[in-house]
Amino acid sequence: MRNFNIIVVGGGLAGMRALIEGNRRNLKVALFSKVHPVRSHSIAAQGGINAALGNHPRGFNDSVEKHAYDTIKGSDYLADQDAVIKMCTEAPGRIYEMEHWGCPFSRAEDGKIAQRPFGGAGFPRTCYAADRTGHMLLHTLYGQVVKFEHWAERGETVVMDEWLVTAIAMDEGTCVGIVALDLASGRLEAFHSDAVVFATGGACRIYGNSTNAVINTGMGMAVPYWAGVPLKDMEFIQFHPTTLYGTNILVTEGARGEGGFLLNNKGERFLANYPDSKKAMEVAPRDIVSRNIIREIEKGGGFPGGYILLDLRHIGARKIMERLPGIRELCMNFAGVDPVEKPVPVQPGAHYTMGGIDTNPLGECKIKGLYSAGESACVSVHGANRLGGNSLLETIVYGKIAGESAGEYVVGKGSAGPSYEKVLNNTLKREGEKLDRLLKSNGKERMVILKEEMNKTMAEKVGIFRDAEGLKDALARITDLRDRYKKIGLTSHGRSMNQEMMWTIELGGSLDVADAILRGALARKESRGSHFRKDFPKRDDGKWLKHSLAYYSEKGAVLEYAPVTISKFQPKEREY
Amino acid sequence: MAVFFKILRFDPESDKRPRFQKYEVPVRKGMTLLEGLFYIQERVDGSIAFRASCRAGVCGSCGMLINDSFRLACETQIETLKRTEITLRPQPHLPIIKDLVVDLRPFWGKFKSVKPYLLARDQPPAKERPQSQAERVRINNVSDCILCANCYAACPISGTDDEYLGPQALLQANRFLADSRDGEGDMRMDIVEGENGVFRCHTAFACQKACPKDLDPSESIADIKRKITLRYLKRRR
Repeated sequence: MRNFNIIVVGGGLAGMRALIEGNRRNLKVALFSKVHPVRSHSIAAQGGINAALGNHPRGFNDSVEKHAYDTIKGSDYLADQDAVIKMCTEAPGRIYEMEHWGCPFSRAEDGKIAQRPFGGAGFPRTCYAADRTGHMLLHTLYGQVVKFEHWAERGETVVMDEWLVTAIAMDEGTCVGIVALDLASGRLEAFHSDAVVFATGGACRIYGNSTNAVINTGMGMAVPYWAGVPLKDMEFIQFHPTTLYGTNILVTEGARGEGGFLLNNKGERFLANYPDSKKAMEVAPRDIVSRNIIREIEKGGGFPGGYILLDLRHIGARKIMERLPGIRELCMNFAGVDPVEKPVPVQPGAHYTMGGIDTNPLGECKIKGLYSAGESACVSVHGANRLGGNSLLETIVYGKIAGESAGEYVVGKGSAGPSYEKVLNNTLKREGEKLDRLLKSNGKERMVILKEEMNKTMAEKVGIFRDAEGLKDALARITDLRDRYKKIGLTSHGRSMNQEMMWTIELGGSLDVADAILRGALARKESRGSHFRKDFPKRDDGKWLKHSLAYYSEKGAVLEYAPVTISKFQPKEREY
Repeated sequence: MAVFFKILRFDPESDKRPRFQKYEVPVRKGMTLLEGLFYIQERVDGSIAFRASCRAGVCGSCGMLINDSFRLACETQIETLKRTEITLRPQPHLPIIKDLVVDLRPFWGKFKSVKPYLLARDQPPAKERPQSQAERVRINNVSDCILCANCYAACPISGTDDEYLGPQALLQANRFLADSRDGEGDMRMDIVEGENGVFRCHTAFACQKACPKDLDPSESIADIKRKITLRYLKRRR
């Protein structure tokens, strides 16, 4: 059995940052990812990453405290304030570090890192590399991983790409390793590790109308969930206001930060007509803009099919080509529209899971030896609504912290008890039997049918506006799908690179995560951030200023609640 | 409307040699090749294998040969090909793992061999290293590569010479040679000036044609040659 000190699951920004931190402590680290690290969804982040650097002339007065305040207000006060303050304090250091590692940030005239305005932020605070910020950060970090690989004399850094982790192994309440499926061969293998870090990204592919990469199934959240780790605040799903009509491909908030307008079918900037967005207009936070787009469409201000327009023409060709070249390319390739000449049809789409694997501000889960960071985790720094530019920041701040915590745990813990090998072999056996059953099953249910019903149900009933009736109906449907999943069968029975098998395994995870989202949403009888209940349209701090924790059970998630950490900023009504 | 996808199939577990298989795919307006491939995998033949992730032309997973042109399946709309039969093949000159999925280890090996990370000479300052906008523009295109390996698969020299670094690795080398913050230009030039480096390029320009992001590795290769020649002349003086 192969042994490591730290296994990181997930090869995006948070995962690679955690890996580097472990390796810097001279530990033997391995990164398992179901895709090659540079194919991770971090690559698709466009607009930027927040830090109060004060590089913009108008950002002269910016500070860590103001960044924290904006984040907490943006979260509708559900974020844990100690975690937010930590993130905002660490932000400049982490960004300078990425710059020192070679990240090609766009530059201001004085040669400093350029910053642009973003939604919900008091100052231009979002550092960027044109509209390819995720791409540049991810390639920079992968370069660092390659550097550590070059320096590894005895395999201290190992990247295992195209391995799908299907289970963690637990020895008396402590995580002792993982079982993973080598996609190329279709064989399962168990790996011992002193600590495991989950950095597997979000789950928005549960929705049909999503900006996410197809890999974002939520399987990475499901694996620790099955092992007993609660998922926190899962009802909070962010809908990004501007995704291409039809394909839901992301159009960065930077497009509005750079001055883009949202127009209804009369050509009006309709956000002025809604009280919560009349001042900040296009750069109000995402939850508010998305809601007002839907309200405008429902009032008859949209275009047939359900979209509005993003107009960039007045920004001018030069600025578009310089600061939004990738957006222009996406609009031309996928919508057939050149934003220099014509407005772009856009609609909101499921974009980000604010919730995730419950961790504390050290990145630790409730299970010893298990850690999480990035979108898969919920510390919580985003609360009920994330601000644009804070997700990339969370990946590198909390990726580092989780790697550090795991490293310190490994150094302090001494060698594993003798029983880990038995436990891992048992887990491997159990996973092997499950896989054999799936491959041999003559069940009549098909992956694609169940997936599409899940996608449709979530998009229609668990979207931007929710109510008890719709949520109950959706819960009944998802429960039915979870039942039918037990009777699923494959059409392809080979093992090597059997992607039907891979997607089917992951669908099991998606359905259980969907169930957690739904039960959280049904229980939360208030409107906060991205979670808007038509039947309870007000925020209710008296009853609901608390985190929800969903524990896995075969019958469906069991909910508990935990207090929110409030230190500096008392909850107030949000206005922009 | 419907079109036929003619796909190269090969499963080393069971096949002696590759074969083509035809699938009928119903097409809607705006539908991409990647969506067509998912249609086949989900509804017609679950055994077919291909790579995909972002489905928006940025992650570089789905580079392949589409009617003899190198493209990304995700950003190619079926209608724009104006054919009723579309031939899909994996990237050539790389071992096939299954169907359209190739073993990219040779490609990654070369990518890594040019040290794809910034190596500065000085200690980092407390804040960012300043870089002027003019200096930043010099790394504009070279840093936009999505590592899809289409250029590598298209290059006739890479296809016949396992040792040649190939267009992507050379573009990657220039990404750091062109970066004002990098301090190891000499070492980088040493890596790429040998017999498997820039002078091995025959300027067939296949890389330029194959790049889905309209980047030009051949330009980077010419640029590096110029830098190496200048260094040689300076050293002679």
